[in-house]
Amino acid sequence: MAIDTEKNSYTVIFAVLMVIVVGSLLAFVASGLKPMIDENERFEKQQNILYAMGVNENEGDGDVAFVPTTEVEDEFSKYITQQLVINGSQAEERDNAYLINVEKALASAKSGGEAELPLLIGEKDGEKFYIIPMFGKGLWDAIWGYISVGENMEIKGVYFDHRGETPGLGANIKQRFFMDDFKGESIMDGDTYEGVEVAKGNNDPLNNDKEDNQVDALAGATITGNGVTAMIKESLKLYKPYLQTIRSN
Amino acid sequence: MALLSKKDANLIKDPLADNNPITIQVLGICSALAITAELKASVVMAVSVLFVLGVGNVVISLIRNIIPAKIRIIVQLVVVASLVIIVDQVLKAFAYELSKTLSVFVGLIITNCIIMGRFEAFALGNGPWKSFLDGIGNALGYGVILVIVGFFRELLGSGTLFGMKVLGDPVTKTGLYSIGYENNGFMIIPPAALIVVGIIIWVQRSRNRELIEEA
Repeated sequence: MAIDTEKNSYTVIFAVLMVIVVGSLLAFVASGLKPMIDENERFEKQQNILYAMGVNENEGDGDVAFVPTTEVEDEFSKYITQQLVINGSQAEERDNAYLINVEKALASAKSGGEAELPLLIGEKDGEKFYIIPMFGKGLWDAIWGYISVGENMEIKGVYFDHRGETPGLGANIKQRFFMDDFKGESIMDGDTYEGVEVAKGNNDPLNNDKEDNQVDALAGATITGNGVTAMIKESLKLYKPYLQTIRSN
Repeated sequence: MALLSKKDANLIKDPLADNNPITIQVLGICSALAITAELKASVVMAVSVLFVLGVGNVVISLIRNIIPAKIRIIVQLVVVASLVIIVDQVLKAFAYELSKTLSVFVGLIITNCIIMGRFEAFALGNGPWKSFLDGIGNALGYGVILVIVGFFRELLGSGTLFGMKVLGDPVTKTGLYSIGYENNGFMIIPPAALIVVGIIIWVQRSRNRELIEEA
């Protein structure tokens, strides 16, 4: 079989065929798997939200352990009592508000456009949790998470995640030793919504001081840490009008 | 009868030692720096590259006679990229947790010079079975170095292995830390990987002097 692979016409035909074959193969795989991927992502969101309000399977000081995917839907409807969409200090109930794209919602609200910020209210053991989604950027790519506060604006739990922070350094923001430090800190500094700062050298590595609005930074991950600080602050700023109505109640 | 002929076995053995892609060919250094701060990431990366290089080499070898020489690099890129995307999608659908751990590596695999290097240097000129063995061998050779570097960086930098505190707790001062041992923060930043790789190269060449290039 002698094909002249040097001919220009052959090269062009080969390239065209390759693009068609590979393109349709990828499209076929992607659309075939889409429903399963979407469902996985929905479960993940539910797991993250529940994690932030302390519904998880953590044991001792081991790894992060979510509610299993098989149970997460039931647990989610059990613990999450209200799903709100916030616009300034106005709140409106909406089903599946947790599926709102937080990145777009925050960006739109920040630029003064339409504000449709999701906020979830959960209840566990008679306590109320206000769960605020956050979105920001780390060193390489996006970081996001959920922060849950009680009525007195004390942090009850956080969950952070990232798209591409360095494994072993910035990626550790989703490790328990980092996230657990936030518990008990307040997002208020006196009367202002300061959030919590990821601080280098705050001389409190065990995080015993819960009044300082600081948690200990990760060594080697300064920019990711600053990203977390900024993400909390920026996101809270947009929720402030609504949070104030909770405090004054 | 041996499973592999001697020549075939060498395709796997050589890259593990005297023709290692990282320490001898000096390929794939970038990913060796980026992801070896902990052992788990090293292992995951090694397995991913094993799969992509093994399958990719076979695919390229199968179509080697019909690839137009002028656009062969593009064809190679398309093969790697499609393989990586398909793997990523399948994992997302069926092993979501695993896919989250792996997603960081996807981009790094596509740009890994070992993969393009083996396609170009071996798969384009050899049959599928040989190419498969060559892919596996080189991926293992790459993986071995990654795991060694990851082992030392995580142990000395964080005092852990696979996330387990093997040297005691640095905050509450137990184990080694109670007698004044400290983690070396330098080990967890990327330049430390260069130093560890350098030491491996040094040890390897002093054991086998034939590997030393003439100046």
